[in-house]
Amino acid sequence: MRILQIQKTDWSAGLEKSRQDYRLIGPVKEGNNVSKFRELAAGEEPDFSISTTTMSPKSVVFPQSEVMFTFTTDSASPDCNIMKVPESSYSPRAIIGIRPFDAAAMNIVKMNFDTPDYRDPYWCDAYEACTFIGLAVTDPESCDFSTSTGTGPFDISGLDVLLIDAGEYFLVEVVTEKGSTWVRSAGFNKEADAESIEVLHSMRKEAKKKIVSTVAFENINKKETLDLYNESYWDSISFPCLNCGTCTYVCPTCWCFDIQDESDRKKGRRMKNWDSCMFPNFTIHTTGHNPRNTKLMRVRQRFMHKLKYHQSKYDKGILCVGCGRCVTSCPVNIDIREVCKQMNNS
Amino acid sequence: MINPYLPYPVRIDDIIVESEDRSLKTFKFVFLDPKDEEKFSYRAGQFAEISIAGVGEIPIGIASSPVEKGFIAFTINRAGKVTSHLHNMKVGDILGVRGPLGKSYPWDTMKGKNLLFIGGGFAFTTLRSSVVYLLHPDNREKYGTIDVVYGSRSPGMLLYLDELKEWEARDDINMHITVDRTDDPNWKYNIGFVPPIAEEKAPKSEGNTYAIVCGPPIMIKFTLPVLEKLGYDHDHIILSLENRMKCGIGVCGRCGIGEQLVCKDGPVFTLAEVNNTPKEF
Repeated sequence: MRILQIQKTDWSAGLEKSRQDYRLIGPVKEGNNVSKFRELAAGEEPDFSISTTTMSPKSVVFPQSEVMFTFTTDSASPDCNIMKVPESSYSPRAIIGIRPFDAAAMNIVKMNFDTPDYRDPYWCDAYEACTFIGLAVTDPESCDFSTSTGTGPFDISGLDVLLIDAGEYFLVEVVTEKGSTWVRSAGFNKEADAESIEVLHSMRKEAKKKIVSTVAFENINKKETLDLYNESYWDSISFPCLNCGTCTYVCPTCWCFDIQDESDRKKGRRMKNWDSCMFPNFTIHTTGHNPRNTKLMRVRQRFMHKLKYHQSKYDKGILCVGCGRCVTSCPVNIDIREVCKQMNNS
Repeated sequence: MINPYLPYPVRIDDIIVESEDRSLKTFKFVFLDPKDEEKFSYRAGQFAEISIAGVGEIPIGIASSPVEKGFIAFTINRAGKVTSHLHNMKVGDILGVRGPLGKSYPWDTMKGKNLLFIGGGFAFTTLRSSVVYLLHPDNREKYGTIDVVYGSRSPGMLLYLDELKEWEARDDINMHITVDRTDDPNWKYNIGFVPPIAEEKAPKSEGNTYAIVCGPPIMIKFTLPVLEKLGYDHDHIILSLENRMKCGIGVCGRCGIGEQLVCKDGPVFTLAEVNNTPKEF
């Protein structure tokens, strides 16, 4: 793998240069201590001081609200009541500073949106337009348990490029051809020397060591779905839950969505909006019957999906990358690591 | 590139009021582009999303049969926002249809076997599609005996009454039509709930009969023990489940029962499969 070195004094110029070929998206602080990924205005740089953004970067390929179609209900129009795909641009975009576990989450979510039977064009087109320029986690947060979910602070599995902040300079692992194109576009071409590569290895080792929070889920895969489903602990796990849905909104691997039509007089659009299994409306039937009509059932659904159903369906680990966002954001301190432990061990 | 969310535009070609209380209507749709009809190649038991601009989409079982060409049909109960809107639409109006979606009844597995259909109320739509398919000269000899137990509250609530009577007159299908009650002195079929009529009339299984059951939850609840008594194994009892759906293609995540998605892995499941999954439907 090609490893480059970028002096931090050259970083801004290179970033600006790559704007000729890419829209730049990166982490920024917004009001109320909320940080997220969004398109960077001209001259604006990604804020690398943010360790884990409040909102995951899933919105880059899966916006909270997205127009699927537009339509008119004007009977004078020949297109009356016919759905039209809106003009969308999927020009190349570079996601600067995505954390390795968040990029790994993209690979997991891809299994849902890009299947042998159906391809969600909104998610897939946006995803394919992305070049993921990751930023290694050198100072993990206390809730980070990414090393035990199959990713980790320096994981390159979802990345095209990995940046490592080595103080005066960035070390740059060029992972894919896409990554190499971005590096060229930014004009970064100084090869790292042997000494710097040594620094990279030791930083990687050091970062992994700093992550002490872990989960184990192998036993969950061996247990019967209905045995786990009927466990008594769901009562105590779900007791404090407010069904606020925050965990699902901040999660990089939660992908559930709703489809809703919005219209203003005779013009309208069909929207794809984030939804959450925490909400009663998610499953309620027209008759009023709701198959998940209690909080317990909804909380159980979230954890069973993440830790059991996904594992048994794909046999590729759990639907969680260990970013720790749901642990940090939960207003009542429900901790997926504790739930996982209960499911795995009891 | 195909956008699986994009409905095919269709025109309402005919609307038939199916029930005396007018809550059930059959809508016949014709594709605006005949090429779309070829793409919409379906098997009995599948469903589609009916799409009305500005109102929304609903998943509905396909009531027409693959052997019927030139149109597709859906029998729809007026219940929520989209269905109520649809009930007020008229012949010639344009809307959309997305599909076919989900798995059909297991026609290949069931080849050479006897078939028992048990239906209740307005959950007879995909069963109608199945029976019309089976009675077609190209298909009839590929399957064994066919028995149909179908009941509703009253004679006026039975769907497809004319067809039921035609089938009754045939000798290659055994019809057991029933109503919960009636004061019509000329009613010449059964009177009674579906489960006891099934117990009395349905063929026993010697392992070579599949039972396909569609109806309200209460009917299914009391029919399953009857089928067990008649010797049907759980992998020979076939159900069609319903859940709230949006995408219909296994992506949006809401219709899950355990690791299965009703829209994509179903809606057709054997009882054996359903037994192994949380009953969240």
